Amino acid sequence: MSKADAAAAILWVGATFYALFGGADFGGGFWDLVAGWDERGQRPRDVIQRSLTPVWEANHVWLIFVLVVLWTAFPPAFSAIFTTLYVPIALAALGIVLRGAGFAFRKSLVGLRERRAMGATFAVSSVLTPFFMGTVVGAIAAGNVPAEGNGDAFSSWLQPLPLLIGAMFVASGAYLAAVFLVGDARRAGDGEMERYFERRALGAAVIAGAFAVAGLFALHSEARYVFDRLTEQGLPLVILSLLCGAALLVVLRRGGRRPLRPLAAGAVVAVIWGWGVAQFPYLLPTSLRIDQAAAPDPTMTIIFVVFAVAAVLVLPSLGLLYTLTQKDLLESEH
Amino acid sequence: MSPLDALPLAESASNLLAAREQMAFTLAFHIVLSCLGVALPATMLVANYIGLKKNDEAAIELAKRWSKATAVTFAVGAVTGTVLSFEFGLLWPHFMDRFGAAFGVAFAIEGIFFFLEAIFIAIYIYGWKRLSGWAHFFSGVPIVITGIGGALSVVAANAWMNQPQGFTLDAAGKVTDVEPLKVLWNPATGYEVAHMILAAYMVVGFLVASIYAVGMLKGRRDRLHRLGLVIPLTIACIATPIQLFVGDTAARAVADDQPAKFAAMECIQETGTDQTEYVGGICTEDGVKGAIGIPGLDSFLVGWSTDTKVTGLNDIPDDEEPPAHTLLHLSFDTMVGIGSGLMLLALWFAFSWWRRRDIPQTPWFLRIVAISGGAAIVALWCGWIVTEVGRQPWIVQGYMRTSEAVTDAKGIWFSFGLVLLLYAGLGTAAVLVLRSMSRRWREQGAENVQSPYAPQREEVSG
Repeated sequence: MSKADAAAAILWVGATFYALFGGADFGGGFWDLVAGWDERGQRPRDVIQRSLTPVWEANHVWLIFVLVVLWTAFPPAFSAIFTTLYVPIALAALGIVLRGAGFAFRKSLVGLRERRAMGATFAVSSVLTPFFMGTVVGAIAAGNVPAEGNGDAFSSWLQPLPLLIGAMFVASGAYLAAVFLVGDARRAGDGEMERYFERRALGAAVIAGAFAVAGLFALHSEARYVFDRLTEQGLPLVILSLLCGAALLVVLRRGGRRPLRPLAAGAVVAVIWGWGVAQFPYLLPTSLRIDQAAAPDPTMTIIFVVFAVAAVLVLPSLGLLYTLTQKDLLESEH
Repeated sequence: MSPLDALPLAESASNLLAAREQMAFTLAFHIVLSCLGVALPATMLVANYIGLKKNDEAAIELAKRWSKATAVTFAVGAVTGTVLSFEFGLLWPHFMDRFGAAFGVAFAIEGIFFFLEAIFIAIYIYGWKRLSGWAHFFSGVPIVITGIGGALSVVAANAWMNQPQGFTLDAAGKVTDVEPLKVLWNPATGYEVAHMILAAYMVVGFLVASIYAVGMLKGRRDRLHRLGLVIPLTIACIATPIQLFVGDTAARAVADDQPAKFAAMECIQETGTDQTEYVGGICTEDGVKGAIGIPGLDSFLVGWSTDTKVTGLNDIPDDEEPPAHTLLHLSFDTMVGIGSGLMLLALWFAFSWWRRRDIPQTPWFLRIVAISGGAAIVALWCGWIVTEVGRQPWIVQGYMRTSEAVTDAKGIWFSFGLVLLLYAGLGTAAVLVLRSMSRRWREQGAENVQSPYAPQREEVSG
C-alpha cells in the first residue's frame, strides 16, 4: 500500500465515522421533523433531544476531519470537487449553519413560538444537509467531476444517480437514528418510545434498501466503472451489507434485543467501504487517480501522525463522552 | 447556460471583490466566537475553582452561567468555523489546490485540538448535575489547553500566509516537497500566535466584565455581579500589558518582514531615515493629511534610533502595494489607541485593588468597563484588517496573488448577499437567546444559587 493509498484509507475512515455518527444525528433531525405537532411529537422529540445534545458537536467534527484530510493530502481533488459541485456544497453548508444554530438555540429558549421556529429550522435542515451531501458523493461516483475542476455547476449533480444517493443518505441516516433511539428509549425504560422507534427503524430500513437497489440501477447506467468494480471486487461488502440489513430486520420483527446497533452500523459501513473499493484507484472516477492527486510524502507523514494521535487521544475521549452519555451522567436539560 | 448566468453582477471579473468581502465578513463574525471558544472556558474554570476552593456559591453560579453561554457560543462558532473551511474550497480553490499540501498540515493538527475541545466542552457543560465537583472541574481543564492549541495551529496557518516557507516548488509552481515543521514555525508564528491568544483573553475578559458592569450600573451590586466583574477583568488586565509588549514586537517584525504592509499602515511615502510617526489622518500620495505627526518617532520605534531607515511606498512596485492605505492606517491606529486605553483601565483597576482590595468606587469606572468589551472587539477587528488587507494583493506573500486564488464559480455576489442575511439572523438570534437566558437567571436566580452541585445519584437507571 502506497502512502497515498493509506491517506485515502484515512479519508475513508473519517467519512465512515461521519456517516455513522453525523448521519445518525441528521436522522434524529428527520424523526424530529416527522414527529407531528407539538403535543403528539413531544415525547419522541424529548428522546431525540436527550440523545443528541451532548454528542452532536463532537460528531460534527468528523466532517471537518474529512475536509482537512482531503485538502491537505489530495489538494487537486478538493479543488476539482469544490469548483464543480459548489451549488450543492454551498447548500449543504447553509444547512449546517441553520441546523446547528437551530438546535443550540431551541434548547436554550423557553417560549413555545420561538422553540417551534428553531425546532423547525433544525429539523428541515437536518434533511436538506445530508441530501445535498449525498448528491455530492453521487456526482463524484458518477464521474461528473473533471480532474481539472470547473465542471458544470448543475448538470453535474442534477442527475438520477446523485439525487438517488442524496435520498439514500437521508434514509440511511433516519435508519441509523431510529435504531440508536430504540436503544436510548430502552435504556430510559420507555417501552412505548422503544416500539415507536422500532416501527420507524423497520420502515426506514425498507426505504433505504429500496433507494440502494434503485441506486444500483442508476450506477449501472451512469457510473459503469464503479458499478463493475462494486459487483466484482466490492461484492463481498455488498453481501455483508445485505446480510446485516436482513439480520436487523429479523431481529426487529421478533422484538429481539441485541445486537441492533452493530448490525445497523455494519450495513452502513459495508456500503461506504464498498464504494471505496469500487472507486479504487480513483478519487474522481475515472479522471483523477489517488496517486495523481497525492501531496508530497512529508505531508502524508503528518497526516499519519495526526491520525495516530487522534487514535490515541480522540477516540478514547469520544469513548468517554459516549460512555458518560450512555450512563446518563450528562444532563441535556439545564 | 446555467440559471446563475441570469443573476446580476455574476461576471467573474467582480468575483475577487465579492469573494474577499464574503471571506472578510464571515471571518470577522467567526473571530469573535473563536475568542469566546479560546478564553471563555478559562474564565469559567477560574470561577469554578474559586467556587470549589472557597465553597463560594456565587462563583459556582457564575461558572454555571458562563458554561451555558459557552454552550450557545461554541455551537454557533462550530458552524461558522465549518463555513470557513467550506469557503476555502468555494472561494479560494486555486489556493488550496496549489498550497493545501503545505499549509494544510496546520489545519490537520488544529483538527485534533478542535475534536478534543468539542468533546470536553460537552462533558463539562452537561456534567454539572451528575459529576462530582472536582471531577467536573478537571473535565474542563482540557478545554483550556485545546483552545490554546487550536488557536496556535490556525494562527500558524495564517502566519505562514504572511511568511511562507518550508516548501519546494517545481517549474509549474506545484509543491513538490514540504517541511512541515518549517511551515508551522515560520518567522511570523511566534508573534502572531501570542498576539491572537492574548487578544482572545482580552476580548473575553473585557466583554464578560462589561456585561456585569452594566448590571452594577443598574444597581445590581450583589456578590455575584461583583465577582462576575472582578474575575474576567483581572484576567483581561493581566493579558493587556503583555499584549502591548507582544504587539510592539509584532509591529517591528512586520517592518522587517513585510515592508509594504508596514509602510501602508504607517503611511510612509518615501523610504528614508528619521520617519515621522503619524497619528490619524488620511493617506494620500502627497503625504498624510490631517494627522498629528511626531518627527522621527516612527524610525525610533522601528529600530530604537531616529537614524533607522524605513521603507516607503515609493519603493514598493505598484502591483505589489496593498490597497486602502487610509483604512490600514486608521485600523492600526485604532487598535493601538484602544489597546493603550485598556492599559490605562488595567492600571486604574490594579492600583485600586492594591490600595483598597476593591474596584474604584466612581460610576465612571463601571461606565468605562461597560464599553471596554465592545472596544476590545473593535481592536480585534482592526488588527485583523491590518494583517489581512495589509498582505494584499497576495494570498501567499510573494508566491500567489489573491486574484489567482479566487474561484471562477458564478454567483459569488449572490452568495455574499445570502451570507449577510443569514449571519445577520444568526447574530441577532444568538444575542436574543443569550439575553433571554440572562433574564431567566435574574428571575429565578435565587433558588439556583443554592444548589451548586447536586448529590451524586445512587444508581444509574439501567
